[in-house]
Amino acid sequence: MAAMRQGAETPLYLWCNYQHWIFEETVMDKDDTLTLGATAAAETLTGAQMVIRALKDQGVTHLFGYPGGAVLPIYDALFKANDITHVLVRHEQGAVHAAEGYARSTGKPGVVLVTSGPGATNAVTGLTDALMDSIPLVVLTGQVPTHLIGTDAFQECDTVGITRPCTKHNWLVKNVNDLSRVLHEAFDIATTGRPGPVVVDIPKDVQFQTGDYHGPQAIHHRTYRPKTDPDQAAIVKAVEMMAAAKRPIIYSGGGIINSGPEASKLLRELVDLTGFPITSTLMGLGAFPASRPEWMGLVGMHGTWEANHAMHDCDLMICLGARFDDRVTGKVSSFSPGSKKIHLDIDASQINKIVRVDLGIVADATKALREIIRVWKAQQHKAQAEGLKAWWKQIDTWRQKKSLSYRNSDRLIKPQYAIDRLYALTRDKGEVYITTEVGQHQMWAAQRFHFEEPNRWMTSGGLGTMGYGLPAAVGVQMAHPDALVIDIAGEASVQMTMQEMSTAMQYDLPIKIFILNNEYMGMVRQWQEILHGGRYSHSYSEALPDFVKMAEAFGCVGLRAERPDELDGKIKEMLSVRKPVLFDCRVDPTENCYPMIPSGAAHNEMLLSPDDGGEISDAGKMLV
Amino acid sequence: MHDTKIKPSDEVERHTLTVLVDNEAGVLARVVGLFSGRGYNIESLTVAEVDPISRTSRITIVTSGTPAVIEQIENQLRRLVPTHKVTNWSSQKAGIEREMALIKVSGSGDKRVEALRMADAFRARPVDTTHASFVFEITGAPAKIDSFIDLMRPLGLVEVSRTGVAAISRGPEAM
Repeated sequence: MAAMRQGAETPLYLWCNYQHWIFEETVMDKDDTLTLGATAAAETLTGAQMVIRALKDQGVTHLFGYPGGAVLPIYDALFKANDITHVLVRHEQGAVHAAEGYARSTGKPGVVLVTSGPGATNAVTGLTDALMDSIPLVVLTGQVPTHLIGTDAFQECDTVGITRPCTKHNWLVKNVNDLSRVLHEAFDIATTGRPGPVVVDIPKDVQFQTGDYHGPQAIHHRTYRPKTDPDQAAIVKAVEMMAAAKRPIIYSGGGIINSGPEASKLLRELVDLTGFPITSTLMGLGAFPASRPEWMGLVGMHGTWEANHAMHDCDLMICLGARFDDRVTGKVSSFSPGSKKIHLDIDASQINKIVRVDLGIVADATKALREIIRVWKAQQHKAQAEGLKAWWKQIDTWRQKKSLSYRNSDRLIKPQYAIDRLYALTRDKGEVYITTEVGQHQMWAAQRFHFEEPNRWMTSGGLGTMGYGLPAAVGVQMAHPDALVIDIAGEASVQMTMQEMSTAMQYDLPIKIFILNNEYMGMVRQWQEILHGGRYSHSYSEALPDFVKMAEAFGCVGLRAERPDELDGKIKEMLSVRKPVLFDCRVDPTENCYPMIPSGAAHNEMLLSPDDGGEISDAGKMLV
Repeated sequence: MHDTKIKPSDEVERHTLTVLVDNEAGVLARVVGLFSGRGYNIESLTVAEVDPISRTSRITIVTSGTPAVIEQIENQLRRLVPTHKVTNWSSQKAGIEREMALIKVSGSGDKRVEALRMADAFRARPVDTTHASFVFEITGAPAKIDSFIDLMRPLGLVEVSRTGVAAISRGPEAM
């Protein structure tokens, strides 16, 4: 009803804009005492004050940002706000990745504040990254004053136009009385349904104007209704299919992590109940404990022999919160040809997008898993014991291949060995959070650094953003000051956002940047070796910085390991330092990442070593 | 339960979709950007506000693609935050599709007489007449307009302006 009163004070065209939800709210509110709860009186604040107030009302405690002309009023309001910690980054891309790391490790939305023009355009990579990996972010951008929009003003850009395809939704707020509603809607849309990044673009004059502030209770969006409850008939059908399966596989993804820790618990319970084998996408690592016998390791292009063969030969694939990405499916026409497929996703547009499935369930993973378990128990289903026994026997045969094995060296540090040692030496460190950059080191980390819990693994999956890991580690460490946070990095990726070491110093964040330094863009080099006749066109970095000296220049600690026999000692030294560390781990420059499904090949056509050769079709060479 | 009965087919079909959206800034750009960004076709596009009180706009899009692509287009349109509703007239409901065109023809003598006679047969009416030209207004299904334009070509067709398809359901219910 506050909305009604607001309507009376608002110009007619605005009132029209609100009318729809006013009516809905009126219908919903059957109580005639119209002054309670959602209807608390509006406060008069400036636009800038509203921003800070809305962040507080949304429970925001951390803000990653970089000031500039078009956000100065908001920074001024922030100056007086003691209960929000602002993290000053060195580049806006770093702010967005830090917010992503914060969001992934806490389950809360990450919040970013940047200026107009270059501030906004620098945020675009992070926004796209968050969109691809479904990470909830609220990104606030300053904009030139409304009367200058469209005049090519200083530091003007069409922020909503540029960010439209890389956000879940975005707004340009031209009227201060719309601002609080839009801010609360922004949080709602970023965090519900399939999560994602949103942008609110706020012109500088709107930040100075005063208007009515309304709290978050008043939101009732006109159109946005994410479907989270599963269809009962679909659940019953899914349970029947599972009970009838002889060669089932659970293929879980980031949707389980995004749904919250409860979904990971339910996933474990489902495996307890059924005894089904399970694999996961890159995004889903940690939802199921890697130490359990049902765990088959990573699926897809660099997945294990057993996971990929089981995907290919299964008779029922239960896809839970994953999206049949091309890194997972390989050649789609040869993808798991003999199986029935169940696909659970909160986003209806993912179902039948790449692979046609036999049963689609559009719902939140937690709710759907809870129902599947309830129906399985209520109907007293049992898995097909005989079939499952033979299936596990087959999986054990595949496991005998030991597809992650590698030939170690006593002269050179093999990158696999470095990850194995890092994992072994951090097992007793309590909470360990891993971020990565993108490339070979990322795949080795995914294969070999094992996770028992969700929200401990932060990596750029969909977009594959080199430079993600260092700022993401900053965000993770801000959220978990006492935890061990390690960015497993490559020397090429880490140079893309290296400046954030300065941020880590400023906020006393003891992040560990563990660089597998092979002097090459390793994954590019690997593809050039396999696909382009060993012509290493511009993938070698001839002039690398001295990372130890660089660390010292930032005021951090620099360490270097060059021989296998000194690695453990240096890792222990790194772990004992309560400061940011750049660890230059010099590894074998020519090591390739296996197993590998070459482009255009099927899951059962994996390469395990360079000796496998691997004929790549012309069609395969066209793929990325 | 999701409809999984649609058989995969590689045949390209033409579909008419209507999207009811909130008439907020940038909503058309969202819809058009979705089509260009994901590589879908737009054969025609019609958009106007249809309810000034609740500020909803109706966007009618004629598109083409395999059944799988059309299903994706519908799902992607539903995913846009300002979308109220998406209807595919070509597969879900019986709809009426109409288009309006303004067609300029210039000529003299027999050709001019013939153009006027054809226009009469198609129930196209002249809305501008000079000694040397007509502008005809014609309404109908897109195929009817196509035929009329083909007939005008040898009779001195100068210019065509088409509105794109508008669609609505038959019977008493809304989309």
